[in-house]
Amino acid sequence: MPRINSPDELEKIRNEILSQKDTNKPCISICAGTGCLACGAAEVIAAFKEEIEKQGLEADVDTKGTGCPGFCERGPIVVIYPEEICYLQVKPEDVPEIIAQTIKENKVLERLIYLDPSTNESATRESEIPFYNNQERLIISNNIKIDSKSIEDYLAIGGYSALKKVLFQMTPEQVLEEVKKTNLRGRGGGGFPAALKWEGSRNAPEPEKYVIVNADEGDPGAFMDRALLEGNPHLILEGLMIGAYTIGAREGYIYVRQEYPLAVENVKIAIKQAEEYGFLGNNILGSEFDFNVKVHQGAGAFVCGESTALMTALEGRAGEPRPKYIRSNIRGLWEKPTVLNNVETWANVPLILNNGADWFNSYGTDRSKGTKIFSLVGKINNTGLVEIPMGMTLREIIYKVGGGIPGNKMFKAVQTGGPSGGCLPDSMLDLKVSFDELTEAGSMMGSGGMIVMDEETCMVDVARYFLDFLSDESCGKCVPCREGVKQMLKILTNITQGRGQAGDIELLEELGEVIKGISLCALGQTAPNPFLSTLKYFREEYEAHIKDKKCPALYCKELISYYIDPEKCQACMACLKKCPSDAVTGGKKTIHIIDQDKCTKCNTCLDVCPPRFNAVRKISGEPVPPPIPEEERTIARGSKEK
Amino acid sequence: MDITRVDQIIDKHNCETNSLIQVLLEVQSEKHWLSRQALERISERLDVPLSRIQHIASFYKAFSLVPKGRHEIHICMGTACHVRGAQNVLSAVEDLTGIKPGETDLDLKFSLETVNCLGCCALGPVMDVNGQIHGNLAPADTEEALKKYE
Repeated sequence: MPRINSPDELEKIRNEILSQKDTNKPCISICAGTGCLACGAAEVIAAFKEEIEKQGLEADVDTKGTGCPGFCERGPIVVIYPEEICYLQVKPEDVPEIIAQTIKENKVLERLIYLDPSTNESATRESEIPFYNNQERLIISNNIKIDSKSIEDYLAIGGYSALKKVLFQMTPEQVLEEVKKTNLRGRGGGGFPAALKWEGSRNAPEPEKYVIVNADEGDPGAFMDRALLEGNPHLILEGLMIGAYTIGAREGYIYVRQEYPLAVENVKIAIKQAEEYGFLGNNILGSEFDFNVKVHQGAGAFVCGESTALMTALEGRAGEPRPKYIRSNIRGLWEKPTVLNNVETWANVPLILNNGADWFNSYGTDRSKGTKIFSLVGKINNTGLVEIPMGMTLREIIYKVGGGIPGNKMFKAVQTGGPSGGCLPDSMLDLKVSFDELTEAGSMMGSGGMIVMDEETCMVDVARYFLDFLSDESCGKCVPCREGVKQMLKILTNITQGRGQAGDIELLEELGEVIKGISLCALGQTAPNPFLSTLKYFREEYEAHIKDKKCPALYCKELISYYIDPEKCQACMACLKKCPSDAVTGGKKTIHIIDQDKCTKCNTCLDVCPPRFNAVRKISGEPVPPPIPEEERTIARGSKEK
Repeated sequence: MDITRVDQIIDKHNCETNSLIQVLLEVQSEKHWLSRQALERISERLDVPLSRIQHIASFYKAFSLVPKGRHEIHICMGTACHVRGAQNVLSAVEDLTGIKPGETDLDLKFSLETVNCLGCCALGPVMDVNGQIHGNLAPADTEEALKKYE
């Protein structure tokens, strides 16, 4: 591919690509994101290729491995264009039928389309599925339309037109003004206005400047940045280039977790293609703008998501944060002015420049504009990535988009903001999701993890879980975080194990205040949040653990016992056979009893007890009823005797 | 460990000091651990003190300073998997393999690690063995899942 040397040449190539595309030709798009690959998407793609070849249809049908459209719950996902027919949970065995019926005969396979579990209504097209049509998918919707490894596909949907506009029609000041008008706030956690960061770097006197994509997405349960980088890497590159042009940087970095091999692969391919086409390198598109990008893989350290730690890691050292007397946009990577933004923040930039600030501002609330992608996970029916306009309520997200809680369980809390965030109870469900509202409620937007918890989730254990995570991930540079978080974890662990004492809550509060106040970086400053927010809304659970040695959610192992109800047990041997520690005694006609001394509380008996008997239950805060006398244990089949 | 291969990796990165972490990552991904021999070579050729390399190799989770088993088990302890019972899956795998996270058994068959999110939360709880995902696992399923690894 020859380099593109002018904006006219870019449009010429775009038109060539478009003229070669027959919009009526069927195209089978198969999600090849990590989530769908884990459910077997690679086999489905292979099956389509094989079947198409077998039937000699290569010239009539296109197939594409695309990025993640978000509906991970029903993967692997296949969308067939131009009709946009969406098939869910497709298996390789379904492929011949799809080709024979849908591609050749234009018939929809009813068994593979979406069926709403509550209304029983089916939906053939992606846009008709409630999971999708309650969202506002400005950024993520293109993922399923393009082959994530093809720059031609990106150009076909108008790619790099924002870059062209910026380079030839706008001065850096004008770009900055446009982004400023949107008050685009950082999508990675802090919510700091991107344009202010850019302006600081732009005005810094040093001639050498850098731009960085922060793709060190470490929050457990959050994967929206990965989906964007895997699915539409050129969009991120385009945003980064516009940022570089605005502040006057000639070099950029993409810092991506090594745990995301597909994202690393796709972004490397994208960079190579962009270099070949002349979107990267010297005199980009014939302008005077020079810019190059390198990929740096993170080596597994949560703290490296913090901007200064990330820059230290980029310099080839252990990723420990630095004090921020001078912000990194003035003195960052190698002490030069550096703008670091999150993947999703960069992804918004081309959209803003293409459509204008007014368009962007039509989405969202007064102080939080645009959309935000959340990864909606945990105890939720529709696990996946959802892009919603700022200001949507938690209730709408969880029930309208997410389809509610599985198994008719009760909603208990939703955790947002990752380990730095907090848990919000059902009384906060009508809270509008935006930067300031979430912070005021004691949680935060964070990078966009949204973990739904039901009645079986213990909130004390959730706090312990996050403190355990943070204690492990604390880099150890400053004392309050290294030692304080460890002490908080120790006390919380004691509480969940039934060794809580009066005064523990107050001690935790005091520790939390100190850690918040004097830690070096955001990891420590926010580390007490999981505890403080759960205490604020679920204080009674803490008290039950400490005073009554009871776990109300029946989760904490040391505080629960398993018990077989002799009235319900039908001596079916299921739990007896499966118990890994031989704690269940009984026989074919002998009611089963759990030996409490041998029980390891692995939950296997409860898992395997047939639902029609429902004989195993968990109890907490009360003694286990004594075993029934030996002579009453025999049951006669047919009529149960006691 | 094959030092010529380590040299090739170093050459690929033009002996640049800044590329230290990238070099270590490549050696780790090929050899599954970082031997002292390899670290000394990297130290010498990138002109970085061995103490600093040790600091980095022990700071980041991706690196191992001891050999790994033939099969690497990663159990996801991300929040979504946690609320769906990952702790019980981990306990079951610990019982089956006789090792704790961070350990390798004496036959060098399994290494066990916990990870903080594999990003396929719809399938949680999730176990990854040699890159193959086992999803929606109950503790009782783990024995069957690990059987096929020799």
